[in-house]
Amino acid sequence: MTVRELIKVMNLTIFCGEENLDKEIKGGYASDLLSDVMGFAKEGEVWITLQTHKNVAAIASLKELACVVLIKGGEPDADTLQHAIDEQIPILGTQEPAFETIGRIYQLIS
Amino acid sequence: MNRYKADLHTHTLLSPCGDLDMTPGDIIQIALQRGIDIIGITDHNSTLHGKLAEFYSRNRDIFVLCGAEVTSKEEAHCLAFFENHTTLDLFQDYLNEHLPDIPNAPDFFGDQVQIDENLDIVYEETRLLTSALDVTLEEIVKKVRELNGIFIPAHIDKTKNSVISQLGFIPFDLQYDAVEVSQHGDIELLKKQHPYLKDKTFIRSSDAHFPDMIGKATSIFEIETRTFEEIRKALHQQEGRKVIIE
Repeated sequence: MTVRELIKVMNLTIFCGEENLDKEIKGGYASDLLSDVMGFAKEGEVWITLQTHKNVAAIASLKELACVVLIKGGEPDADTLQHAIDEQIPILGTQEPAFETIGRIYQLIS
Repeated sequence: MNRYKADLHTHTLLSPCGDLDMTPGDIIQIALQRGIDIIGITDHNSTLHGKLAEFYSRNRDIFVLCGAEVTSKEEAHCLAFFENHTTLDLFQDYLNEHLPDIPNAPDFFGDQVQIDENLDIVYEETRLLTSALDVTLEEIVKKVRELNGIFIPAHIDKTKNSVISQLGFIPFDLQYDAVEVSQHGDIELLKKQHPYLKDKTFIRSSDAHFPDMIGKATSIFEIETRTFEEIRKALHQQEGRKVIIE
């Protein structure tokens, strides 16, 4: 499944990264500890998180993640958004909380 | 220069997790017995007990740094200190404004009481002080800067509630005065893992929640006299002032 397909099925909000939506999603990682994501998320994964700090964009870029999904109506902080635009990282959003979001994405991509 | 032993991170009984024996008066008494020259009073998201500790320090050979251990929206703990009561009170207003309305459950988390010099309870904080404020790390730093305070990411060696655990690394443009490690934090390892910390000043403190812990982890400040500005200079390694961890 590509990022674009995920957005469509889940009706996700697109905050940025429109030019980079055709990447194949290879798996997923869910964590709000960015140190943990730095250590364990893998390239091409979708990252589901509550955190909206600009380090989210930096780490998504560093780890070459497919996209980030912010849960519970979270919006990227202004500097997060700028960084993600520069790095062409899709940052997406949903009103759903973590459990529901992760459960649905797991079903869709596994 | 003079050498002063400092423990800049202690919790009074106002913090829900702070032992009821951690009265500001007893903290000062114990710190003096243990040869502490500078003590930081840093309750979770509250500055309310700093002034009482200061009251007990009068005419005694100890300097009190008043501040708080704030929890940012990202759940990163940081120490913030202020030079005078005006800025301390303004920061308290900021904390009151940004602490979410989540009630404390005293039976579960512990009591959150403020006392006076007669040990009478004068205030009980009903909102849980260990909650995350609704403001980001950067917003808090901005406020502390506005009030000319000192800002120190707390126990950055810890795998929870530290800027590094929560955010992976300390944002490169964050304006902080020093970083803190806990009692057994490995400073050399941190510098290896986080090269941007190479020239930063480290302090070590106890994060005491119980009387036993007060002064168990300390830093030596090499400064002329014990003032807020001298302490700031040491954190920035200015004019021959510095912090040594033994």
